[in-house]
Amino acid sequence: MKVALFIPCYIDQFYPQVGIATLQLLEKLGCEVIFPLNQTCCGQPMANSGFEHLNKDCDNNFVENFKDFDYIVSPSGSCTLHVKEHLHGSDEQASTHIRKHLYELSEFLTDILKVESLSVQFPHRVGLHQSCHGQRGLKLAQMSELVAKPFSKTEHLLNMVDGLSLMELDRKDECCGFGGTFCVTEEAISVKMGKDRISDHTRHTVEYITGTDVSCLMHLEGILKRQGSAIKVKHIAEILNG
Amino acid sequence: MNNIKQDHASASTEFNKDEAHVDWHDETLWFVRSKRDKAVFQIPEWEQLREAGSQIKNHVLSNMHDYLVEFEKKATENGIKIHWAADGQEHNEIVYSIIKNEGVNRMVKSKSMLTEECHLNEFLKEKGVEVIDSDLGERIVQMRQEPPSHIVLPAIHLKRAEVGETFHQHLGTEKGATDPQYLTEAARQHLRDTFLSRKVALTGVNFAIAETGGFVVCTNEGNADMGVHLADVHIASMGFEKIIPKVEHLGVFLRLLARSATGQPITTFSSHFHKPRAGQKMHIIIVDNGRTKQLGRPDFRNSLKCIRCAACFNTCPVYRRSGGHSYHTAIAGPIGSILAPNLDMARNADLPFASTLCGSCSNVCPVKIDIHEQLYKWRQVLVQEGHVSSVKSLGIKSMSTILSSPSFYRTAGKLGRFLMKNSPFMTNNNLNVWYQHRDMPDVPKESFREWFIREKGGK
Ligand code: SF4
Repeated sequence: MKVALFIPCYIDQFYPQVGIATLQLLEKLGCEVIFPLNQTCCGQPMANSGFEHLNKDCDNNFVENFKDFDYIVSPSGSCTLHVKEHLHGSDEQASTHIRKHLYELSEFLTDILKVESLSVQFPHRVGLHQSCHGQRGLKLAQMSELVAKPFSKTEHLLNMVDGLSLMELDRKDECCGFGGTFCVTEEAISVKMGKDRISDHTRHTVEYITGTDVSCLMHLEGILKRQGSAIKVKHIAEILNG
Repeated sequence: MNNIKQDHASASTEFNKDEAHVDWHDETLWFVRSKRDKAVFQIPEWEQLREAGSQIKNHVLSNMHDYLVEFEKKATENGIKIHWAADGQEHNEIVYSIIKNEGVNRMVKSKSMLTEECHLNEFLKEKGVEVIDSDLGERIVQMRQEPPSHIVLPAIHLKRAEVGETFHQHLGTEKGATDPQYLTEAARQHLRDTFLSRKVALTGVNFAIAETGGFVVCTNEGNADMGVHLADVHIASMGFEKIIPKVEHLGVFLRLLARSATGQPITTFSSHFHKPRAGQKMHIIIVDNGRTKQLGRPDFRNSLKCIRCAACFNTCPVYRRSGGHSYHTAIAGPIGSILAPNLDMARNADLPFASTLCGSCSNVCPVKIDIHEQLYKWRQVLVQEGHVSSVKSLGIKSMSTILSSPSFYRTAGKLGRFLMKNSPFMTNNNLNVWYQHRDMPDVPKESFREWFIREKGGK
């Protein structure tokens, strides 16, 4: 299966190891992975700040890079959601095609590759940070607000990892406070939300916080480091790739 | 409208100076959210109930004119006097004229967010009319000359000791007293005198029923009933969106409202009013105050479905940590942030940005308002209408240029991880703000793209 990899700008620049793990994992699972070299960004930072109207060129570039693929995979729930909801390049047909064929990594592993087992180990206590856009937007997991049957694609995958113990949290889907530009325009609340998320993980003695979004993890990691905490963050791709 | 003292971000920074208080505020409201969860999970058909509530309200919004006319006709037949107010000012003047007509200068009022929206208390005070709020929480904030910080729990920002101090100052309770029973009893005695001596009572309206011309007021304290049963005149103020078509629809909304608001199966008092009792006069003031305008905005009209349950407040991780006053508008929280810009964009331009767009609000909303999507859409409108600072615009524009061009992006990346400085969320060189309480990731030796080209030869 031919898969195009969409690596959001944060990952490209700050967390290349997440891109590498995603690529290796997909290859291990038998995919032929292509990385269109001229990709840049999904346009979300502009759009969430109210500047969606400036995104035409960015959208066109995205379409140009990905229009020829039937499977596009990205290790970011937030960027994936943005593209799925808001990508409108000049070529509307190609844009629609992309919107329908873009998958967040854990969604792709679960729904398309239908992965049921993985031979990896991670003998640690892990807390899952269920990022809002992946969860409420892409429905990677059931939302605590809804009266509906529970499920979680991310937990299902993590449970395949040998030795990994997933720790229960008090608030299993509370936002971490990253929120794009919110993290600096509303610094006080953003940091407080991050600290509160971390306390929940700390109370439950996790060694690693994992998740599907590097942006949330970067925010949490920034606070953890400042606190001198021993808790580390790892993107889910890094754990699943072993 | 008045200018605001502080925007949401600065008010929140202020609020967060007392972290223990923020923790307490967050946990108190989370407790309400948890109670709501418990209550709704007992109803297997909860999601269908939300859908029904949403559909009925959508239908009303599309047939507003007919239902309002029907309601006016039925209510008038029942002996109720209907008034129409185009805005807050007109509403306040109508209330004042009714009070003046009765030859009194005092009024008792049960909770009505609409009168907060219209700034009725301030208006009447200037006219020399004394208004006593009879809802306990409202009374507390009124004594402190503060606006309510929450539409269901108006004094939720205050701890018991602060309430004790307020009562000590205003009601003469013992200094340092914090026992809720003692304090409530003091308030009860004080309000009892008020109830007995007021000729005019004003209430809000939760639901106005077109087919009967009647209306329902929900309270937990029974204070609305107490006020109007003892008064000669009952004024009920309602935004026009309070209309529902039929009595049977109450079966949907009363179930949704109480569970979403406080996790109760039903509010303690759901009082149905149909006509004035013998010798009593009853007025209903139907208020527009920007609602027609909102109804005319395709992206935002369904915010008028709101039944003011405050579930979106209680679940909002930002509200819980910033407090209601940070929203500088009568209706705070997520719903306030999509209603307020309709009334005054310049004044409320900060509010749609006071959210991470996590989406929890839309999920708890009993009438399925797509609150977080409307927050996103308001951001676009506010930028287009020029309500966002030019510095920010400039930052975003240069970011957009870099991110639109693969070659710019790559060069910028090579020149030392341009995102470090110009990272999308660092608009306006806000790196220092990030650094106040957070570190940045270590800069990796190479970007993913560089690794890929080196390892895979760029294919
Ligand atoms: S928007 Fe929805 S959740 Fe919020 S107060 Fe209104 S009805 Fe309740």
